[in-house]
Amino acid sequence: MAASLSPLIEPGFFSNLPVQTALVVGGVVAVVSGIVGTFTVMRGQSFAGHSLADIGTAGGSAAFLVGISPLFGFVAMNLMAAGVMEWIGIRRPRGRDLATGIVLGAALGLAALFLYLDSTASSTTGATINVLFGSIFTLPSSMVPVIAVFSVVAAGIVLAMYRPLILSSISSDLATAQGIPVRLVGIGYLAALAVAVSLSAVTIGAILSTALLVGPAATALRLTNRPGRAAAFAAVIGLVATWLGVLLAYDSYYWFPTTGGWPVSFFVVTLIFLMYLASQVRFRPRSGVQRRSTLTEAG
Amino acid sequence: MFSGLMLTAWESASIVAVVAGVVGFFIGLRGSAFAAHALPNGAFAGAAGASLIGVDAIAGLAVFSILGALTIAALGRRARHDVATALVIVVMLGLGSLFLSMTTEYAPEIFSLLFGEVLGVSSSELIPIAIIGVVCIAAMFLVYRPLMLSSVMPDVAEARGVGSTRMEVIFLVIVALTTTMAVPVVGALLIFSLLISPAAAARSFTNRPFTAMGLSVLIALGTVWSAIALAYLSNLPIGFFVGSIGAGTYAAGRLWAGWKRNRASTPRVAGGRSRAQVQIS
Repeated sequence: MAASLSPLIEPGFFSNLPVQTALVVGGVVAVVSGIVGTFTVMRGQSFAGHSLADIGTAGGSAAFLVGISPLFGFVAMNLMAAGVMEWIGIRRPRGRDLATGIVLGAALGLAALFLYLDSTASSTTGATINVLFGSIFTLPSSMVPVIAVFSVVAAGIVLAMYRPLILSSISSDLATAQGIPVRLVGIGYLAALAVAVSLSAVTIGAILSTALLVGPAATALRLTNRPGRAAAFAAVIGLVATWLGVLLAYDSYYWFPTTGGWPVSFFVVTLIFLMYLASQVRFRPRSGVQRRSTLTEAG
Repeated sequence: MFSGLMLTAWESASIVAVVAGVVGFFIGLRGSAFAAHALPNGAFAGAAGASLIGVDAIAGLAVFSILGALTIAALGRRARHDVATALVIVVMLGLGSLFLSMTTEYAPEIFSLLFGEVLGVSSSELIPIAIIGVVCIAAMFLVYRPLMLSSVMPDVAEARGVGSTRMEVIFLVIVALTTTMAVPVVGALLIFSLLISPAAAARSFTNRPFTAMGLSVLIALGTVWSAIALAYLSNLPIGFFVGSIGAGTYAAGRLWAGWKRNRASTPRVAGGRSRAQVQIS
């Protein structure tokens, strides 16, 4: 078995501790992001999902400043940001964009301040790069239990309000008529999103966080119309992309010995994007109908 | 505070603020805040790539932001717009992480591309910044009427032969050019604040498009000028001041709109409806 795979898998892949951690953490994050992300795409909140990854930077850098784990800073900042977004008006399609934008702009300003203070305090600017482009290979294995707990929380919130969430994501009018507290469901969902994104941004960086949240879910929603099935597909797609990406990044150390290998995030993002493009080509509907529906969605 | 190097800083930042105020007005109107965030971030990857092959950073910024704009427009025709934008930003940042892994670029330089280094703008860079700025403003006024129509009433625009896809492409390319010009000055992350907050604040003060645009430019200028002055005096990063002043002006706009609404029609109009009017205007 091992011998037949040797052209694909370079030596020491499975026995390497950072690789093992990367496979476990990456896998958990990919599954949670797939489940949560399906609803992010259905609710048209991709911008909020991406923004939370950047917004968390402010919390993470502040946590670094006071000397607690960045993950708690991320979670606290993101829950606060989600609250402000909700208050400004993320419910209305027109206000959604603005609510996210204002919060993101203010948080980026704070991040600039905290990162600057971090760098004067410890003379490193590595924090920014780490958060934006964070590497899955540098995770300490002691983080695994914490990540597992937060994953269960995020996925648990979504599963606990599974049916009302689906209904209110498809049509909030219909959900209101059925007596579902749409606003409460929306707040609950934003909280789950905030936790899930904090988790992924702090472990694998903002790029991969957004890629795993939106990419697999958008691909899955192309393949099926049923939300439950789409969430399962998205989790699998994310998992496959992450594991393949980790493998390719590990192998690339052997392909390009001089430059020290290519980053995981590059491989995972490319894989996810290619899968999305493939789903587009295969399931292209007749253009007239589609054009109309994109217009109404955008408007 | 107004000598040699600082003078260049004031000039370049003022140009950026004027363009951001005008373009930002339409970003608010069209709801393309995500694109306004994605393009500068993706352009940042272009700058990293440019430094890798040894060409001018502005060339890298321009190529990546325009390519990004065209890809968002192309993908956005077939799928949800926010999904297309999210995918484009992650792909460009993924490339950026690849480029960064190959360069020996110092972390502080990356930090300054992300968060801006107004003092880092040299007087030779001022000319391309000014030219691109003029092109952006000129393009904006050239397409003003059709763009306005397709932003506010896309169906009517379509009926009059103003294609919404074409307008989207044109507008995103203008945003891309704004990005190219602004990233070296205020950074990839903070140009976003300048594009969003002043216009959003202006629109809660007035309903008239031209007044709102002018007000948006004034607020953007005020934000940038006070941010430079405060950064100079306090020695803290300029991005912090741009971000917090931006959020502050927006909050002031909201308070003003709320106060006016309460005074105008307390008994008749429910909160939701009048708020919706503010949004559309």
